[in-house]
Amino acid sequence: MGSVDHSIKENIKPYEASFGAMVPTPFVKFMRTCLIWQGIRFIIINVKMILVVQKSH
Amino acid sequence: MARLVVMGGGVSGHTAATFAKKWLGNEHEVVVVTPNSQWNWIPSNIWVGVGQMNKEDVTFPLAPVYKKAGIDYRQAKAVSIHPEGKTDSNTPYITIEYTGQGKEGQTEEVTYDYLINATGPKLNFDATPGLGDGKGGIGNHTVSVCTADHALHANLELQKIFNKAKTEKQKVLIGTGHGMCTCQGAAFEYIFNIEHEARRAGVRDNLEIQWISNESFLGDFGIGGLHIKRGMYAASSKLFAESLFVERGVKWMIGAHVSKVKKGKIEYELLDGTTGEETFDFAMLIPPFAGVGLKAYNKDDEDMTDKIFAPNGFLKVDADYTPKPYEEWKASDWPKTYQNPEYSNIFACGIAFAPPHLISKPMSSPNGTPINPTPPRTGMPSGIIGKAVAHSICDLIKNGSGAHLHEASMGEMGAACVASAGKGLTNGTAAALTVYPIVPDFEKYPGIGRDLDYTFGEIGLAGHWIKHILHHMFIYKAKLKPGWTLIPE
Repeated sequence: MGSVDHSIKENIKPYEASFGAMVPTPFVKFMRTCLIWQGIRFIIINVKMILVVQKSH
Repeated sequence: MARLVVMGGGVSGHTAATFAKKWLGNEHEVVVVTPNSQWNWIPSNIWVGVGQMNKEDVTFPLAPVYKKAGIDYRQAKAVSIHPEGKTDSNTPYITIEYTGQGKEGQTEEVTYDYLINATGPKLNFDATPGLGDGKGGIGNHTVSVCTADHALHANLELQKIFNKAKTEKQKVLIGTGHGMCTCQGAAFEYIFNIEHEARRAGVRDNLEIQWISNESFLGDFGIGGLHIKRGMYAASSKLFAESLFVERGVKWMIGAHVSKVKKGKIEYELLDGTTGEETFDFAMLIPPFAGVGLKAYNKDDEDMTDKIFAPNGFLKVDADYTPKPYEEWKASDWPKTYQNPEYSNIFACGIAFAPPHLISKPMSSPNGTPINPTPPRTGMPSGIIGKAVAHSICDLIKNGSGAHLHEASMGEMGAACVASAGKGLTNGTAAALTVYPIVPDFEKYPGIGRDLDYTFGEIGLAGHWIKHILHHMFIYKAKLKPGWTLIPE
């Protein structure tokens, strides 16, 4: 799960603009849709956004 | 009794008018002049543009809401401002032309004590040959998601492409339709929603998806990019944007000024001066924005539009408009109170105010063609500015001309932004971002211009859920339902 996924061989071409991009590992992609982890992130992101909103008013 | 007239009923104008009415009560009058009969939560137009929402999900009629609030609503477009009145009267007024309420085409003079210009942008499709229809509307070759009706049409055309892509290769081109466009974020969100929907429809393999933008680097977004903490680094939005494009197999072309649009083909010029053509089967190109074309006249009915408006049609406010090189730009150049320097009873909010300069570094091709994003003023900042302006005017009305004006500088204000890719609650993801301040302050935050503690971003379902919540929350607020004032802008 930690290795880089197929996005590399499918979408990256040497010496093209895509070559310099970072590509998420399958673990990162899994965490993006993992309900437990995203539930935690939901709370954290909301708190961060509320702080930015408060700072802006 | 004082009368406040608000020109425009979008996010900023609606916020200003509704708060002003709440604070002023029945002792004073609030009039809203807007050509639209519907309020539109524009960020969700993206979901309309991919068939995940209907027009009714992102709009509601303004008349009942304004009736409930006690606001005098005129479905009309503002045509001209007369801040000095006329020869036989010193009372300032605007002229309006009705677009609804059974008075279509009729004109009227509406006097005011205080005026807010919240007219938003003119979608200047005609700035690019072929992008517009030559009459101010969108042309036949491309689609748009700038209005709910545009987004409905965009989805109809997109579904045709998806059907064709079941059997043959199709090319989708999304981005900006001119070198001076803003609102890259909307196009960014649309391209990844299309990519997501194409996967769901099983046609992704037959769909070539291409980004074209006037940004000098991917992830500029018209705000000069941003940095966020990732690992032990302050990483640029360029890295994250490029990563997303590569992960989803979307090619990009940046630093591009679309110079001409034809059927199935665009012509473009790049920052290095080279020119080229790109073909497409489906294209959504954001038009550049301009002021809506309001005129201003003095007491003798002489045109003085250039006195209170910038050449691009946006209202001059308390910004430092002195031309100076990028290296000398300061966050403090940006307006704080949005009061017009010539007429102290005129204010602007939202897109209608003239920014003092770009936020992204100005660029042009060797041929002299400017190719750089113009500053975004949509969403959260437009709501905050609208509320601050309403607060100032209410204080002026209640406490007299010496009242303290409320400030809401984009150089001291942050913004939260969520860009979805898909609509489902368990599939699709979103990029949730905050940036503080919107206009980088390189004196306070040398190097990256922003506070890393308040500027962050990440991709995941959590952002997606927030996008759903924001959709319902802001429509609830705009409908003035119980507790609406507790919801922040």
